[in-house]
Amino acid sequence: MNCIIIDDEATARAILLQLCTKVTELNVMGDFPNAIQAIKYLNQNEVDLIFLDIHMPDFTGFDFIQTIKNPPRIILTTSDANFAIEAFEYDCIVDYLVKPIALPRFEKAIQKAKVFQIEKEGAPAPVATAKPKADAPAKEKTSEDSATDLYINIDRRLIKIDMPSIYLIEAKGDYIQIKTEDKNYTVHSTLKKIEDKLPAHTFLKVHRSYIINIHKIIDIEDNSVLIKKDVIPVSRSNRPELMKRLNLL
Amino acid sequence: MELPNFSYIHSLSGGDKDFEQQLLKILKAEFPEEKEIYFKAVAEKNFSDAAEIVHKIKHKISILGLEKSYTLADTYENNLKMGETALQKEFQEVLQVMTDFLKEL
Repeated sequence: MNCIIIDDEATARAILLQLCTKVTELNVMGDFPNAIQAIKYLNQNEVDLIFLDIHMPDFTGFDFIQTIKNPPRIILTTSDANFAIEAFEYDCIVDYLVKPIALPRFEKAIQKAKVFQIEKEGAPAPVATAKPKADAPAKEKTSEDSATDLYINIDRRLIKIDMPSIYLIEAKGDYIQIKTEDKNYTVHSTLKKIEDKLPAHTFLKVHRSYIINIHKIIDIEDNSVLIKKDVIPVSRSNRPELMKRLNLL
Repeated sequence: MELPNFSYIHSLSGGDKDFEQQLLKILKAEFPEEKEIYFKAVAEKNFSDAAEIVHKIKHKISILGLEKSYTLADTYENNLKMGETALQKEFQEVLQVMTDFLKEL
Protein backbone atom coordinates (compact mmCIF):
# COMPACT_ATOMS: atom_id res chain seq x y z
CA MET A 1 0.00 0.00 0.00
CA ASN A 2 1.43 3.34 -1.02
CA CYS A 3 0.89 5.88 1.73
CA ILE A 4 1.71 9.41 2.81
CA ILE A 5 1.90 11.08 6.21
CA ILE A 6 0.50 14.54 6.97
CA ASP A 7 1.35 16.07 10.34
CA ASP A 8 2.63 19.51 11.26
CA GLU A 9 4.71 18.04 14.09
CA ALA A 10 8.11 16.69 12.99
CA THR A 11 8.25 14.35 15.98
CA ALA A 12 4.91 12.81 15.03
CA ARG A 13 6.04 12.31 11.42
CA ALA A 14 9.24 10.59 12.58
CA ILE A 15 7.21 8.24 14.79
CA LEU A 16 4.79 7.38 11.99
CA LEU A 17 7.66 6.76 9.60
CA GLN A 18 9.16 4.37 12.13
CA LEU A 19 5.82 2.60 12.64
CA CYS A 20 5.43 2.21 8.88
CA THR A 21 8.80 0.46 8.65
CA LYS A 22 7.37 -2.26 10.91
CA VAL A 23 4.65 -3.17 8.41
CA THR A 24 6.04 -4.71 5.23
CA GLU A 25 2.98 -3.89 3.10
CA LEU A 26 3.43 -0.16 3.63
CA ASN A 27 5.43 1.97 1.25
CA VAL A 28 5.76 5.56 2.43
CA MET A 29 5.80 7.86 -0.61
CA GLY A 30 6.27 11.05 1.37
CA ASP A 31 5.58 12.98 4.53
CA PHE A 32 4.21 16.51 4.66
CA PRO A 33 4.12 19.18 7.39
CA ASN A 34 0.85 20.64 6.13
CA ALA A 35 -2.23 19.76 4.11
CA ILE A 36 -1.50 22.18 1.27
CA GLN A 37 1.77 20.47 0.35
CA ALA A 38 0.03 17.11 0.50
CA ILE A 39 -2.76 18.30 -1.81
CA LYS A 40 -0.15 19.42 -4.35
CA TYR A 41 1.45 15.98 -4.14
CA LEU A 42 -1.92 14.22 -4.52
CA ASN A 43 -2.70 16.25 -7.63
CA GLN A 44 0.20 14.46 -9.31
CA ASN A 45 0.28 11.11 -7.52
CA GLU A 46 -2.10 8.42 -6.38
CA VAL A 47 -1.86 6.84 -2.94
CA ASP A 48 -3.80 4.06 -1.19
CA LEU A 49 -3.65 5.35 2.35
CA ILE A 50 -3.10 8.63 4.19
CA PHE A 51 -2.08 9.06 7.83
CA LEU A 52 -3.66 12.38 8.64
CA ASP A 53 -3.31 14.58 11.70
CA ILE A 54 -6.55 16.38 12.55
CA HIS A 55 -5.13 19.21 14.61
CA MET A 56 -3.12 21.39 12.25
CA PRO A 57 -3.07 25.20 12.13
CA ASP A 58 -5.00 27.01 9.37
CA PHE A 59 -6.07 23.86 7.51
CA THR A 60 -7.26 20.99 9.70
CA GLY A 61 -7.40 17.32 8.79
CA PHE A 62 -11.18 17.59 8.30
CA ASP A 63 -10.70 20.59 5.98
CA PHE A 64 -8.26 18.45 4.02
CA ILE A 65 -10.71 15.55 3.66
CA GLN A 66 -13.43 17.86 2.41
CA THR A 67 -11.06 19.39 -0.13
CA ILE A 68 -9.78 16.33 -1.94
CA LYS A 69 -11.85 14.52 -4.54
CA ASN A 70 -12.18 10.73 -4.22
CA PRO A 71 -10.07 10.48 -1.08
CA PRO A 72 -8.19 7.24 -0.49
CA ARG A 73 -8.40 5.39 2.81
CA ILE A 74 -7.50 7.67 5.69
CA ILE A 75 -6.26 6.83 9.17
CA LEU A 76 -6.60 9.81 11.45
CA THR A 77 -3.93 10.50 14.03
CA THR A 78 -4.59 12.88 16.90
CA SER A 79 -3.88 13.68 20.53
CA ASP A 80 -7.54 14.46 21.01
CA ALA A 81 -10.00 11.59 21.44
CA ASN A 82 -12.91 14.02 21.27
CA PHE A 83 -13.00 14.03 17.47
CA ALA A 84 -13.80 10.31 17.19
CA ILE A 85 -17.51 10.80 16.60
CA GLU A 86 -16.96 13.36 13.86
CA ALA A 87 -14.26 11.20 12.29
CA PHE A 88 -16.57 8.33 11.54
CA GLU A 89 -18.99 10.55 9.69
CA TYR A 90 -16.61 10.29 6.74
CA ASP A 91 -16.77 7.18 4.57
CA CYS A 92 -13.07 7.26 3.75
CA ILE A 93 -11.86 7.13 7.36
CA VAL A 94 -10.96 3.61 8.37
CA ASP A 95 -9.50 4.21 11.81
CA TYR A 96 -8.65 6.77 14.42
CA LEU A 97 -5.34 6.57 16.28
CA VAL A 98 -4.80 8.51 19.48
CA LYS A 99 -1.21 9.62 20.07
CA PRO A 100 1.10 8.31 21.39
CA ILE A 101 0.52 5.46 18.94
CA ALA A 102 1.65 2.02 20.06
CA LEU A 103 2.80 -0.52 17.47
CA PRO A 104 0.06 -3.15 18.15
CA ARG A 105 -2.66 -0.51 17.73
CA PHE A 106 -0.99 0.77 14.57
CA GLU A 107 -0.88 -2.74 13.10
CA LYS A 108 -4.56 -3.19 13.90
CA ALA A 109 -5.36 0.01 11.99
CA ILE A 110 -3.46 -1.28 8.95
CA GLN A 111 -5.47 -4.51 9.09
CA LYS A 112 -8.66 -2.44 9.11
CA ALA A 113 -7.42 -0.49 6.10
CA LYS A 114 -6.84 -3.75 4.24
CA VAL A 115 -10.30 -5.11 5.10
CA PHE A 116 -11.82 -1.76 4.15
CA GLN A 117 -10.16 -1.99 0.73
CA ILE A 118 -11.41 -5.55 0.15
CA GLU A 119 -14.99 -4.56 1.11
CA LYS A 120 -14.82 -1.51 -1.12
CA GLU A 121 -13.59 -3.52 -4.09
CA GLY A 122 -16.32 -6.11 -3.53
CA ALA A 123 -19.13 -3.61 -3.13
CA PRO A 124 -21.30 -2.76 -6.12
CA ALA A 125 -20.02 0.51 -7.60
CA PRO A 126 -19.39 2.47 -4.44
CA VAL A 127 -19.34 6.22 -4.84
CA ALA A 128 -16.37 7.72 -3.10
CA THR A 129 -17.24 10.85 -1.27
CA ALA A 130 -15.32 13.26 0.85
CA LYS A 131 -18.44 14.81 2.23
CA PRO A 132 -19.66 13.97 5.71
CA LYS A 133 -22.81 11.91 5.78
CA ALA A 134 -24.69 14.92 7.06
CA ASP A 135 -24.09 16.57 3.70
CA ALA A 136 -25.17 13.48 1.80
CA PRO A 137 -27.96 13.40 -0.81
CA ALA A 138 -31.51 14.45 -0.01
CA LYS A 139 -32.78 10.93 0.65
CA GLU A 140 -30.29 10.36 3.45
CA LYS A 141 -30.92 13.81 4.83
CA THR A 142 -34.63 13.05 5.04
CA SER A 143 -34.03 9.99 7.17
CA GLU A 144 -31.86 12.07 9.47
CA ASP A 145 -34.61 14.64 9.65
CA SER A 146 -36.94 12.07 11.14
CA ALA A 147 -34.54 11.32 13.99
CA THR A 148 -35.01 13.48 17.03
CA ASP A 149 -31.86 12.67 18.99
CA LEU A 150 -28.65 14.63 18.81
CA TYR A 151 -25.58 13.48 20.73
CA ILE A 152 -23.09 16.06 21.92
CA ASN A 153 -19.64 15.41 23.34
CA ILE A 154 -19.00 17.07 26.69
CA ASP A 155 -16.00 16.03 28.79
CA ARG A 156 -15.78 12.78 26.81
CA ARG A 157 -19.41 11.93 27.60
CA LEU A 158 -21.96 11.69 24.86
CA ILE A 159 -25.08 13.46 26.01
CA LYS A 160 -28.36 12.97 24.21
CA ILE A 161 -30.45 16.01 23.41
CA ASP A 162 -33.99 15.82 22.08
CA MET A 163 -33.72 18.15 19.07
CA PRO A 164 -37.23 19.64 19.27
CA SER A 165 -36.36 20.84 22.80
CA ILE A 166 -33.59 23.06 21.39
CA TYR A 167 -34.80 26.61 20.96
CA LEU A 168 -31.56 28.47 20.24
CA ILE A 169 -27.96 27.84 19.22
CA GLU A 170 -25.41 30.60 19.50
CA ALA A 171 -21.86 30.64 18.09
CA LYS A 172 -19.23 31.66 20.65
CA GLY A 173 -15.76 31.57 19.11
CA ASP A 174 -14.65 27.94 18.80
CA TYR A 175 -17.74 26.86 20.74
CA ILE A 176 -21.48 26.83 20.34
CA GLN A 177 -24.02 27.23 23.10
CA ILE A 178 -27.08 25.03 22.73
CA LYS A 179 -30.08 26.21 24.69
CA THR A 180 -32.87 23.75 25.42
CA GLU A 181 -36.05 23.89 27.47
CA ASP A 182 -34.26 22.38 30.47
CA LYS A 183 -30.59 23.14 30.16
CA ASN A 184 -27.85 24.96 28.26
CA TYR A 185 -24.78 23.18 26.83
CA THR A 186 -21.47 24.58 25.58
CA VAL A 187 -19.86 22.37 22.95
CA HIS A 188 -16.64 22.63 20.93
CA SER A 189 -18.17 22.83 17.45
CA THR A 190 -19.35 25.24 14.79
CA LEU A 191 -22.74 26.54 13.78
CA LYS A 192 -22.26 24.99 10.33
CA LYS A 193 -21.70 21.50 11.75
CA ILE A 194 -24.79 21.55 13.96
CA GLU A 195 -26.87 23.15 11.21
CA ASP A 196 -26.14 20.10 9.04
CA LYS A 197 -27.47 17.84 11.80
CA LEU A 198 -30.69 19.68 12.53
CA PRO A 199 -33.98 19.16 10.66
CA ALA A 200 -34.20 22.00 8.16
CA HIS A 201 -37.99 22.34 8.54
CA THR A 202 -37.64 23.25 12.22
CA PHE A 203 -34.38 25.16 12.47
CA LEU A 204 -33.22 28.23 10.63
CA LYS A 205 -30.04 30.23 10.70
CA VAL A 206 -31.23 33.80 11.13
CA HIS A 207 -27.84 35.39 11.70
CA ARG A 208 -24.23 34.32 11.29
CA SER A 209 -24.12 33.62 15.04
CA TYR A 210 -27.60 32.22 15.64
CA ILE A 211 -29.79 29.27 14.68
CA ILE A 212 -33.32 29.29 16.03
CA ASN A 213 -36.12 26.77 16.34
CA ILE A 214 -38.85 28.53 14.39
CA HIS A 215 -41.58 26.76 16.38
CA LYS A 216 -40.36 28.48 19.55
CA ILE A 217 -40.65 32.04 18.29
CA ILE A 218 -42.76 34.26 20.52
CA ASP A 219 -42.75 37.34 18.34
CA ILE A 220 -40.89 39.10 15.57
CA GLU A 221 -40.17 42.76 15.52
CA ASP A 222 -38.25 44.55 12.78
CA ASN A 223 -34.93 42.75 12.59
CA SER A 224 -35.15 40.62 15.69
CA VAL A 225 -37.06 37.64 17.06
CA LEU A 226 -38.00 36.91 20.64
CA ILE A 227 -37.42 33.33 21.72
CA LYS A 228 -38.00 32.57 25.39
CA LYS A 229 -36.28 35.56 26.98
CA ASP A 230 -33.66 35.96 24.25
CA VAL A 231 -33.90 38.68 21.64
CA ILE A 232 -32.06 37.41 18.56
CA PRO A 233 -30.97 39.59 15.65
CA VAL A 234 -32.12 38.58 12.18
CA SER A 235 -29.76 39.54 9.40
CA ARG A 236 -31.20 41.25 6.34
CA SER A 237 -30.23 38.38 4.05
CA ASN A 238 -31.96 35.76 6.24
CA ARG A 239 -35.15 37.68 6.88
CA PRO A 240 -36.94 36.68 3.62
CA GLU A 241 -36.42 32.97 4.38
CA LEU A 242 -37.71 33.45 7.92
CA MET A 243 -40.82 35.24 6.65
CA LYS A 244 -41.41 32.49 4.10
CA ARG A 245 -41.45 29.89 6.86
CA LEU A 246 -44.09 31.66 8.96
CA ASN A 247 -47.75 30.77 8.78
CA LEU A 248 -48.80 34.35 8.15
CA LEU A 249 -52.46 35.37 8.31
CA MET B 1 6.75 14.95 40.30
CA GLU B 2 7.00 12.03 37.84
CA LEU B 3 10.10 11.89 35.69
CA PRO B 4 10.47 11.35 31.94
CA ASN B 5 11.40 7.90 30.73
CA PHE B 6 12.21 6.08 27.51
CA SER B 7 9.66 3.28 27.71
CA TYR B 8 7.54 4.50 24.78
CA ILE B 9 10.56 5.34 22.62
CA HIS B 10 12.06 1.91 23.35
CA SER B 11 8.79 0.19 22.47
CA LEU B 12 8.86 1.97 19.11
CA SER B 13 12.51 1.47 18.31
CA GLY B 14 12.74 -2.23 19.09
CA GLY B 15 16.43 -1.61 19.81
CA ASP B 16 17.04 0.54 16.73
CA LYS B 17 19.53 3.03 18.23
CA ASP B 18 19.69 5.15 15.08
CA PHE B 19 15.96 5.77 15.26
CA GLU B 20 16.16 6.61 18.97
CA GLN B 21 18.93 9.15 18.34
CA GLN B 22 17.08 10.64 15.39
CA LEU B 23 13.83 10.98 17.33
CA LEU B 24 15.53 12.60 20.31
CA LYS B 25 17.31 14.99 17.98
CA ILE B 26 13.97 16.07 16.48
CA LEU B 27 12.42 16.35 19.97
CA LYS B 28 15.30 18.49 21.18
CA ALA B 29 14.95 20.79 18.16
CA GLU B 30 11.16 21.05 18.14
CA PHE B 31 10.38 21.29 21.85
CA PRO B 32 12.19 24.62 22.58
CA GLU B 33 10.44 26.21 19.59
CA GLU B 34 7.04 25.10 20.84
CA LYS B 35 7.89 26.24 24.36
CA GLU B 36 8.75 29.68 23.03
CA ILE B 37 5.47 29.90 21.11
CA TYR B 38 3.62 28.84 24.27
CA PHE B 39 5.24 31.46 26.54
CA LYS B 40 4.67 34.17 23.92
CA ALA B 41 0.99 33.25 23.60
CA VAL B 42 0.54 33.23 27.39
CA ALA B 43 2.34 36.58 27.76
CA GLU B 44 0.01 38.05 25.13
CA LYS B 45 -3.00 36.40 26.81
CA ASN B 46 -3.72 34.73 23.48
CA PHE B 47 -5.36 31.69 25.06
CA SER B 48 -6.52 30.17 21.79
CA ASP B 49 -2.94 30.02 20.44
CA ALA B 50 -1.72 28.84 23.84
CA ALA B 51 -4.24 25.97 23.73
CA GLU B 52 -3.07 25.03 20.21
CA ILE B 53 0.55 24.77 21.24
CA VAL B 54 -0.24 22.97 24.50
CA HIS B 55 -2.02 20.42 22.31
CA LYS B 56 1.21 19.82 20.39
CA ILE B 57 3.39 19.75 23.49
CA LYS B 58 0.96 17.24 25.00
CA HIS B 59 2.14 14.68 22.44
CA LYS B 60 5.75 15.17 23.50
CA ILE B 61 4.74 14.77 27.14
CA SER B 62 3.28 11.39 26.26
CA ILE B 63 6.35 10.39 24.21
CA LEU B 64 8.44 10.94 27.33
CA GLY B 65 6.13 8.66 29.32
CA LEU B 66 4.73 11.41 31.56
CA GLU B 67 1.25 9.98 32.00
CA LYS B 68 0.02 12.16 34.88
CA SER B 69 1.47 15.26 33.27
CA TYR B 70 -0.35 14.36 30.06
CA THR B 71 -3.67 14.36 31.92
CA LEU B 72 -2.74 17.69 33.49
CA ALA B 73 -1.84 19.17 30.10
CA ASP B 74 -5.08 17.89 28.63
CA THR B 75 -7.11 19.67 31.33
CA TYR B 76 -4.97 22.80 30.99
CA GLU B 77 -5.56 22.83 27.22
CA ASN B 78 -9.31 22.71 27.83
CA ASN B 79 -9.02 25.49 30.43
CA LEU B 80 -7.19 27.67 27.91
CA LYS B 81 -9.87 27.02 25.30
CA MET B 82 -12.36 28.43 27.79
CA GLY B 83 -10.08 31.44 28.39
CA GLU B 84 -8.98 30.23 31.84
CA THR B 85 -5.42 29.79 33.11
CA ALA B 86 -5.97 27.30 35.93
CA LEU B 87 -3.07 24.76 36.06
CA GLN B 88 -0.69 27.16 34.30
CA LYS B 89 1.92 26.92 37.06
CA GLU B 90 1.73 23.11 37.17
CA PHE B 91 1.98 22.85 33.37
CA GLN B 92 5.02 25.11 33.32
CA GLU B 93 6.64 22.89 35.94
CA VAL B 94 6.17 19.97 33.54
CA LEU B 95 7.84 22.02 30.79
CA GLN B 96 10.79 22.62 33.10
CA VAL B 97 11.11 18.91 33.92
CA MET B 98 11.13 18.11 30.19
CA THR B 99 13.65 20.88 29.49
CA ASP B 100 16.01 19.57 32.17
CA PHE B 101 15.63 16.01 30.90
CA LEU B 102 16.33 16.87 27.27
CA LYS B 103 19.27 19.06 28.24
CA GLU B 104 20.95 16.09 29.91
CA LEU B 105 20.77 13.92 26.79
